[in-house]
Amino acid sequence: MAPIQKLTDPLRKIVKGISLTSSLLKFQKRFSECRMSLAYTRRYSTSFSYVSSKVPDNAGEIKRMNLCQALTSAMDVALTEDPTTLVFGEDVAFGGVFRCTVGLKDKYGSDRVFNTPLCEQGIAGFAIGAACAGARVIAEMQFADYIFPAFDQIVNEAAKYRYRSGGQFDCGRLTIRSPCGAVGHGAVYHSQSPEAFFAHVPGLKIVIPRGPIQAKGLLLSCIEDDNPCIFFEPKILYRSAIEEVPIGRFLLPLSQAEVLIEGNDVTLVGWGTQVHVLQEVAKMAEEHLKVSCEVIDLRTILPWDSETVAKSVSKTGRLIISHEAPVTLGFASEIASKIQEECFLNLECPIQRVCGYDTPFPHVFEPFYLPDKWKCFEAVKKAVNY
Amino acid sequence: MLARMLAKLVLKSRQVKKIVNHEVKLFPAIACRNRLSTSRLVDANEDVPRFAGCRSKFTNKLQFIEPDLKEGIPVYRVMNRSGKVQDQSEDPQLSQEIVTKMYKDMTLLNSMDQILYDSQRQGRISFYMTSYGEEGAQIGSAAALNPQDLIFGQYREAGVFLWRGFTLDEVMDQCYGTEDDKGKGKQMPVHFGSPQLHFVTISSPLATQMPQAAGAAYAYKRAKNGLCVCCYFGEGAASEGDAHAAFNFAATLKCPVIFICRNNGFAISTPTADQYKGDGVASRGEGYGMNTIRVDGNDIFAMYNATRAARELCVNEGRPVLIEAMTYRVGDHSTSDDSTVYRLKDEVKAIAAEDNPIHRLRLYMEDKGWWSQKQEDEWRLESRKKIIQAFSKAERKKKPNPEELFLDVYKELPKHLADQMTSMKDHVNRYREHYPVDNFKSF
Repeated sequence: MAPIQKLTDPLRKIVKGISLTSSLLKFQKRFSECRMSLAYTRRYSTSFSYVSSKVPDNAGEIKRMNLCQALTSAMDVALTEDPTTLVFGEDVAFGGVFRCTVGLKDKYGSDRVFNTPLCEQGIAGFAIGAACAGARVIAEMQFADYIFPAFDQIVNEAAKYRYRSGGQFDCGRLTIRSPCGAVGHGAVYHSQSPEAFFAHVPGLKIVIPRGPIQAKGLLLSCIEDDNPCIFFEPKILYRSAIEEVPIGRFLLPLSQAEVLIEGNDVTLVGWGTQVHVLQEVAKMAEEHLKVSCEVIDLRTILPWDSETVAKSVSKTGRLIISHEAPVTLGFASEIASKIQEECFLNLECPIQRVCGYDTPFPHVFEPFYLPDKWKCFEAVKKAVNY
Repeated sequence: MLARMLAKLVLKSRQVKKIVNHEVKLFPAIACRNRLSTSRLVDANEDVPRFAGCRSKFTNKLQFIEPDLKEGIPVYRVMNRSGKVQDQSEDPQLSQEIVTKMYKDMTLLNSMDQILYDSQRQGRISFYMTSYGEEGAQIGSAAALNPQDLIFGQYREAGVFLWRGFTLDEVMDQCYGTEDDKGKGKQMPVHFGSPQLHFVTISSPLATQMPQAAGAAYAYKRAKNGLCVCCYFGEGAASEGDAHAAFNFAATLKCPVIFICRNNGFAISTPTADQYKGDGVASRGEGYGMNTIRVDGNDIFAMYNATRAARELCVNEGRPVLIEAMTYRVGDHSTSDDSTVYRLKDEVKAIAAEDNPIHRLRLYMEDKGWWSQKQEDEWRLESRKKIIQAFSKAERKKKPNPEELFLDVYKELPKHLADQMTSMKDHVNRYREHYPVDNFKSF
């Protein structure tokens, strides 16, 4: 299952020969080229403006970090606090193809932060076994698009370990992290959002952060949670999202949605990058339509916080759910049916899903594929004019 | 900054050179490998391959490696089919007490298989899988492990459970899914598990336990607990992608795990000729860089010796070992299978009669004067009685509280599951007559 990585493959090769001066120079040059090409291609992706999260109370000392650094910081805390903690996956030893594990191997040793062979089912199986035998495990799948070879290990094994043994064995100390979502030019296999595939699996927890503070707090909660967790990281935010993040141990609760903007007319629910799109839509709706939107970041896909959403919809009477993944059986379907069940008497218009189309994720058509702010804005219009 | 990094690198390469030279002196056999992994240190005039991915010499002869021409890996054995030790220095010299336990556990397993197989045929339990013919491979290997070594199994390892002290009550509770089943009646029969006995709960998907065993071994090695991990699987399961993952991860990450393949000739109806083309599973071990041995699985002492030696390699050198135990699946694959459809009954009978692990150990014991026909008759009677007692006891027990259906999905009970539990209870209370509530502990 060799990932074809336009950006990162040169990095991989070069790093192998890092002991040569020329390679080292080349490495630095190519690395900056990669960054440039990221910035260049970003112009084609959905436009959204990143909205920083508020620094939490009692956060202690804080530092400016991008999403990658916040994740590194969370893993750093986990490695310090529990000597059994392991970090592994493809290319994590040199810092990861997205630079999320930079410096960890040097700080904690190559027996705790290490490369595995290129085999996702192996990574998942190895991780489950290590967690079952008492280690705390943070395993990385290089792209969420490549998590499918590990589907059997995650669905049939990790998720059912505790249940099938009557609680005698578990792999609750396991967390799998994986970059997900649109990135502007990732096409079919570097853009997917597979959360709904896993949302159908009792026993798993699925979490997606919207920025650095969230990433740190939620990842640490996943690592410390006693259930196997999958943590999807919107990779377009890795470098573009920067904010003040607590440097120490800091937890955010799982299975709790967060109301980011309060409003009275329409409830907008999303997660990951899409939360920023929805926040902009709320502004547009206020400005152009005088419509007040309530924006909710779901944060945890499974088990999800239906109460916060139902409470909001009981107030607004209208619900729009938006995600990058294809619409048919995307997680919006679950939210929509649950909310119509809970809020039937409060609903004033049909629940709308503004999602990716039921196609594979395309390369040059990405701007037309994504549920961008204009598509969401149109949905708000429809909702209030119904 | 850059200059400092470079200086560091130069220093490092010097250290590497020093270590390599030292090792070459000590172990000339591995000189070639070291030269390869640090190819830049090689004399520039020397005409040797400098590819990072292999440890070879050049050849000017075009020649494919032809596996079909190679003789198979030999089968290690200690006793011949008449129970005679061939090379006295290979006799593990186990005490009468240990050997008697080995024999009793093998025959207990055999009797238990007969009774539970028949009970499935009568519809009293839903499913069963016997171990006929593989009793020696299971118990011989189990006896060589430290009782605290962690075991991952496939499903045909009931003998390992018995050896470690799994009680007949525990077997029956699991097969019946009684209120005393530690697995809470959630899995099919034969999916045993026991943290007290360090045997991870069996699951149906084949080979998934293999990379897990490698990961557990890695955790054990870091915990420096002096233990290893042992992982059983069949030759059919070895065709799964997870087997490849497990072998490769275990080797590259230096995991102290013993992989024991029970090569019994069949995966349900599929003979090994349809399963692989190479020399069995053992021939793959070398390809992954694992120490490997093929053993006569019907020879309990050969299994014992091989497993004990493998354990030493694991624990002392922190590396994986592959044991391929050659044996024969005498029984049907499971109670859902009739093997006469794809193999001849007489052929099975002939193989089982000619080469049987239980019979072989009995001959050894009789030779030593440790066992007689009288003891045999008494033990067969006693063990059957014990099994039937445990069986009837389990049959009379209630099943667990149906609330259990919702527990242990997560460590905690999430709200949506608590709601579903309440809804199920309300519903069943309203329609009680349509549900088998009397067989279950009430809620």
